[in-house]
Amino acid sequence: MLTYAIKRLFGAIPTLLILVTIAFFLIRLAPGGPFDDEREIPAEIKANLERVYHLDEPLIQQFGRYVLALAQGDFGPSFKYKDYTVTELIWGGFPVSLRIGGIAILLAIAIGAGLGTLAALRQNSRLDYTVMGFAMTGIAIPNFVMAPLLTLVLGVHLKLLPAGGWGGGAVRNMILPIVALALPHIAYISRLMRGSMVEVLRSNYIRTARAKGLPERLTILRHALRAALLPVVSYLGPATAGIITGSVVIEQIFGIPGIGRYFVQGALNRDYTLVLGVVVFYGVLIVLFNLLVDLLYGLLDPKVRYD
Amino acid sequence: MTEAVAAAGIAEPIEGRSLWADARRRLVANRAAMASLVILAVIALFCILAPLVAQHPFDRVYWDRISLAPELARGHWFGTDVNGRDLFARTLHGGRISLMVGLVATCVSLVIGVTYGAVAGFVGGRADAIMMRAVDVLYSLPFMFFVILLMVYFGRNILLIFVALGAVEWLTMARIVRGQTLSIKRREFIEAARASGVTNATIIRRHIVPNTLGPVAVYITLTIPHVMLVESFISFLGLGVQEPMTSWGVLISEGARQLETEPWNLLFPGAFLAVTLFCFNFVGDGLRDALDPKDR
Amino acid sequence: MPDPILTVTDLNVRFATPEGEVRAVTDVSFSVHAGETLGVVGESGSGKTQIFLAVMGLLASNGRAAGSARFRGQELLGLRRTELNRVRGGDMAMVFQDPMTSLNPYLRVSRQMTEVLVVHKGMSEADARKRAVAMLERVHIPDARRRFDLYPHEFSGGMRQRVMIAMALLCQPDLLIADEPTTALDVTVQAQILDLLAEIRRDLGTAVVLITHDFGVIAGLADRVMVMYGGRIAEEGPVLDMFDRPCHPYTRGLLASMPRGDAAAGGELAAIKGQPPNLQRLPPGCPFAPRCPLVIERCRLAMPPLDPLGANRRAACYRAGP
Repeated sequence: MLTYAIKRLFGAIPTLLILVTIAFFLIRLAPGGPFDDEREIPAEIKANLERVYHLDEPLIQQFGRYVLALAQGDFGPSFKYKDYTVTELIWGGFPVSLRIGGIAILLAIAIGAGLGTLAALRQNSRLDYTVMGFAMTGIAIPNFVMAPLLTLVLGVHLKLLPAGGWGGGAVRNMILPIVALALPHIAYISRLMRGSMVEVLRSNYIRTARAKGLPERLTILRHALRAALLPVVSYLGPATAGIITGSVVIEQIFGIPGIGRYFVQGALNRDYTLVLGVVVFYGVLIVLFNLLVDLLYGLLDPKVRYD
Repeated sequence: MTEAVAAAGIAEPIEGRSLWADARRRLVANRAAMASLVILAVIALFCILAPLVAQHPFDRVYWDRISLAPELARGHWFGTDVNGRDLFARTLHGGRISLMVGLVATCVSLVIGVTYGAVAGFVGGRADAIMMRAVDVLYSLPFMFFVILLMVYFGRNILLIFVALGAVEWLTMARIVRGQTLSIKRREFIEAARASGVTNATIIRRHIVPNTLGPVAVYITLTIPHVMLVESFISFLGLGVQEPMTSWGVLISEGARQLETEPWNLLFPGAFLAVTLFCFNFVGDGLRDALDPKDR
Repeated sequence: MPDPILTVTDLNVRFATPEGEVRAVTDVSFSVHAGETLGVVGESGSGKTQIFLAVMGLLASNGRAAGSARFRGQELLGLRRTELNRVRGGDMAMVFQDPMTSLNPYLRVSRQMTEVLVVHKGMSEADARKRAVAMLERVHIPDARRRFDLYPHEFSGGMRQRVMIAMALLCQPDLLIADEPTTALDVTVQAQILDLLAEIRRDLGTAVVLITHDFGVIAGLADRVMVMYGGRIAEEGPVLDMFDRPCHPYTRGLLASMPRGDAAAGGELAAIKGQPPNLQRLPPGCPFAPRCPLVIERCRLAMPPLDPLGANRRAACYRAGP
């Protein structure tokens, strides 16, 4: 399994290289540069700045320089946050995004899988319709509509929670963003889980488990849950990577200092290295989570062989 | 041993109903899906007929009616925004853009995805392997970020939104079509067509593509709401549709800013978007159940 | 004859489907005695499997069973699930047709076996392991101790069916219901599994219900045969008797369509013409009437009762006779 993991990580290098290439040239093809809007800078100082950041070199040379630095784990300096390197900025924002996203995804798995299983066990009952109606609503209402609504009801009218701001990461300030982030995933997972659980409950081996006279709880937890979770696990790879790098919107709405915010600001400011850094970081996370998911899949399904 | 009995046991009286007629019957019987279709039609009709339905032009500024709450007297049914523009007219116009983006971008992804998938599946062998490997690689790229980059750097052009979203969504379509193509390719009627000298391009167009329609139709109805969601997300970030044009995402973004004092600016466009997405998802689900009823 | 351990009376099984009600089993009554082997024969759709799924409380969620099924005096139909769980898997066990899908592919065989003993007998995991390995050896799984902790996909089809049988026997049931236990297997393996069932019955004295579409499977193993058609019992009787003198035209058709080693059957195999009945629109009379060579007007009007025909035999046919 270890060799498989290592193999997979090396196998991801070409993918990441393609990612870096596309992102690098896409950004550089665009008109404008990082120091354009600072009008007061005299031309020679600007030229000087560009020399310091190697922006005066041919594009292909800059690309080579960037990739070489990247290979050593160096994301370069930020063009706008002049005292910081991109690495520092990402590591500054990531723990925040990770904490909020991690809690949100764990909540989503627990609640989503639970609701989906309940709905499947009471298929076509009122409970089933309620859960699935809720799930459909959760999928249909975008989180940038849901987040302000939650703020309005819980924050402004009921005054239960702070309506905005980060408050230095206080628990009270984290609740709304986490709920807003988790809701669509709860909805999606419960739908996935219901579908797969209904199918598993119809399978022959569940009939066998019942024929053996096992208590219903044991039949569900030991015999059905594992197979029913497999589609959820596949969904988790991309979902977790996405959620942890911070839903760009949620961070914007609640003023959370995570990575998502840097990306949009960086893109608007032509902060080349910061944008590239975030994209690459995200790409690495996707690779990592896909690998984790495949390993988890192997733990759940004994028929999966690593080779 | 009892082959005769077994053979007799298999034969069920088969009634001459086509797959599509059967699917249509099941879809019509699905009340949630039919209700959703009706609601979608009504919303679309209102958006198309916006200039006739709304009493005010969507871009006219009434300086004396800024941030008006919904009222019937002067025809501002949804109120007005911070610039004194009629929200009802703006919501319908925004719906035009949002629905159009959904449809056009889905068409783009449909054309790319179906062509790519059908060719990969039909040609097979190494070409197929390389083409699908490329899809795998593209899959693991953070596309959302690319869309944002495209928007930021190449102007907030509505044509570009279509292309960018379509280019993101075609991957799954290609996979579905390829899978279908692989299974259809081995059927007798393809062999027959080939034996009678029909060219490959014609076989793909006449025989392969029509036979992938079922799953593709389901995927289309689920792609449209997804594209609309992404568009509104981009617009929400201020990177999508630009003034004086508007979309539901833009309106929601503006509304969210005056949430505490003028909640109607968020609620109406938000409700329109949510109901539309809701209905598309229901229709998609209904279509899938109708075409593949094993899950019910 | 000893007392019956399973007595089924007036059992009806119905399924509610979008296209209307399906009558899978209609007015079925019979009993199984301790230690005997009852063969249940019929085409797919004849209701033979649904009878026993109903008895085990395993009907699909849209199915309803009415009537009575008493196991050692205890009524099973309508029993609460917790009560039912005390019986099934313990004193009454079932083996299914497809050993590929009937074992849980995600759990080790050891876990799937020991849990039966832990639940029913309250055994410790260690004791349960010993007992389970012994049972695997009992059903002739070579190298059982080593294979015990493997997953089902690491066994061959025949081995998997042996595991299923061993699992069913763990609590020494009084009644073993085997639903087409050999249908999904290779012909050579089929014979081995049938031998195993015969051996179990001989050595352990377990009563066996053998459900099959294949008269040949019944021949060597069963004491009594029950022939099902269209959800009803067509004919019932001792196996040798039935082979020699089938009374119901359907039984005759079945036997005539079966190749036999002895010369008595003559040369050609005869197929039964027509198709099995549509269970949504059963005729008021005998379900076999449309295919029956001996049909008379009366058959189409009213269902013939399942009348005794001499000692130990019953047939539901107006034209029944040797």
